[in-house]
Amino acid sequence: MQPVELPDKIHVGTVIDEGHSLASVSDKVAGIVLKRKITLGWVFGLLISFAVLQNLMAGATWLLIKGVGVWGINIPIGWGFAIINFVWWIGIGHAGTLISAILLLLNQSWRNAINRFAEAMTLFAVMCAGMFPVLHTGRPWLAYWLLPIPNTMGMWPQFRSPLLWDVFAVSTYLTISAVFWFVGLIPDLATLRDSAKTPTSRLIYGMLAMGWRNSARHWQRYEKASLLLAGLATPLVVSVHTVVSFDFAVSIIPGWHTTIFPPYFVAGAIYSGFAMVLTLMIPVRRFYGLDDIITLRHLNNMAKVTLATALIVAYGYTMEAFFGYFSADTYEKFMIWNRMTGPYAIFYWCLILCNIITPQFLWSKKIRTSPGILWIISIIVNIGMWLERFVIVVTSLHRDFLPSSWGYYAPTIWDWAVYTGTLGLFMTLIFLFVRVLPMITIFELRMLLPSASVKEPVAQ
Amino acid sequence: MSVHTDDDQITLYGLIAEFETPGELVAAARRTREAGFKKYDAYSPYPIHELDAAMDLHDNRVSLFTLIGGLLGCAGGFGLATWVSAVAWPLNVGGRPIISVPMFIPVTFECTILLGGLTAAISMLIMNGLPQPYHPVFNVERFVNASRSKFFLCIESDDPKFDRTMTQGFLESLGAEEVAEVAA
Repeated sequence: MQPVELPDKIHVGTVIDEGHSLASVSDKVAGIVLKRKITLGWVFGLLISFAVLQNLMAGATWLLIKGVGVWGINIPIGWGFAIINFVWWIGIGHAGTLISAILLLLNQSWRNAINRFAEAMTLFAVMCAGMFPVLHTGRPWLAYWLLPIPNTMGMWPQFRSPLLWDVFAVSTYLTISAVFWFVGLIPDLATLRDSAKTPTSRLIYGMLAMGWRNSARHWQRYEKASLLLAGLATPLVVSVHTVVSFDFAVSIIPGWHTTIFPPYFVAGAIYSGFAMVLTLMIPVRRFYGLDDIITLRHLNNMAKVTLATALIVAYGYTMEAFFGYFSADTYEKFMIWNRMTGPYAIFYWCLILCNIITPQFLWSKKIRTSPGILWIISIIVNIGMWLERFVIVVTSLHRDFLPSSWGYYAPTIWDWAVYTGTLGLFMTLIFLFVRVLPMITIFELRMLLPSASVKEPVAQ
Repeated sequence: MSVHTDDDQITLYGLIAEFETPGELVAAARRTREAGFKKYDAYSPYPIHELDAAMDLHDNRVSLFTLIGGLLGCAGGFGLATWVSAVAWPLNVGGRPIISVPMFIPVTFECTILLGGLTAAISMLIMNGLPQPYHPVFNVERFVNASRSKFFLCIESDDPKFDRTMTQGFLESLGAEEVAEVAA
């Protein structure tokens, strides 16, 4: 990964506070899993999340009993919450891969403290995302129709359809993210195995670590494999949201049929993902006392990425409006006018407020380094990105070419049940994750320490 | 410097030396290689790139296998899309070509990444001999620190140059804090 000289070049005091040693970072991060008592706050948080998760169970059960009619979808708005939430969750996942893969290739060592957590967030977000297309089929037991497997009907999936590309892109994304995450975990699982106090935890972490023994010969291949995985995950993450945007862009619906969608979706995904990393990391670093490892410099950097992607997204919104106006196409012009002044205008203007105006506060360094304000801004951005998907999906569909086929979409309580249920699933998984696995990559943290750099003694 | 002298009954896997700093480990590994040892290994709580040069490690097979895996995925993905669209289920959609190459690219790309990534991870594990339920180095009590804060160098007893006393003296001369026997 990083060359070992790196810690000398960066200001170590800002990436990881001074006074840490190889032993102290190991003990601190491993101690959260192995030594820390289960606190009331954690139990309370897990219980709330698990209770909210039951919404998913209720929502999915009722959906399977009655069919997709229990949702607010209709003709012309066949894609409601299912697609909005799918795109939203997938987008959130993208920050994890960006932090773990792209920042690794760019040698940004500050990522070392946050990549494990962000990757876990990716995995959980993709799991939540996967719920929606499967449930949206209405008959999930037939979901295997999406896969190219021989069947007695003699039918095959359509390889020219972006929806099939989605199946390949999202399942590849989930698989590679999980593999990358697990490969990154192996040395840390070995640390947990070696520091474990009880035979049970030693056995479990020992099995998961698969006998990793920190051998130099192993590390050499390990580093190579990590770098290759990062190199493969980088184009993958760009491709996933590009393919998601193809679901829209390949169709001929006004407002969807535009070439700006792939880059604008990818930027939006990274934007919402970084906002979600901030939303989760700010409380975690506080509750687990990790201020010395996840420092203000990390928050500052993440806020800068959020601001940069916010500007790209703002450019996307501007161009969408401009394309509508400049297309000289009645339907495109009407679509953008309807989006700004029609029945869903309030959503559009809230989206502009959340996604373009709010992040402008991040120009101030004072705000970028105030965790509380940053946390509120990150929540607003998450809401804004959800509204963006709502606006794209609903305003384009509800009034297309023929006024006689216009409609209106409003989510029902079952839409909300499934959506809030996935939020519960996500939070439940996060709560479990911080207790059973090291939420910070310990071995990469060690590499940030000044004592980790090699200074060979002069040969006698 | 303390020397463990266990009874002679145990079969010896090798001798392990413990070091305090990464610099000492790299220097020791280099001198071990220069002394002509072949079967030895260094252990450190994080990857040390200087060790690759010191131990002359340059195994690029993971990259090669990943390339092969990626290419197989690429051919497989494109082949699957083509075979399904042209042979198994040919559908004429508005007179468009049956083998519509640009439309097959996303699936081809995803299959390339999928197989390439899986090959990278699996070939790394296989070539490292993992999962490995038992390894003698774990018999050394202090070895738990290899995943925490300490650096180790182990010279194995099946190295042709290995000699119980001479090797111990050699490891001590490298500035090891402690040299211990590793039971097989």
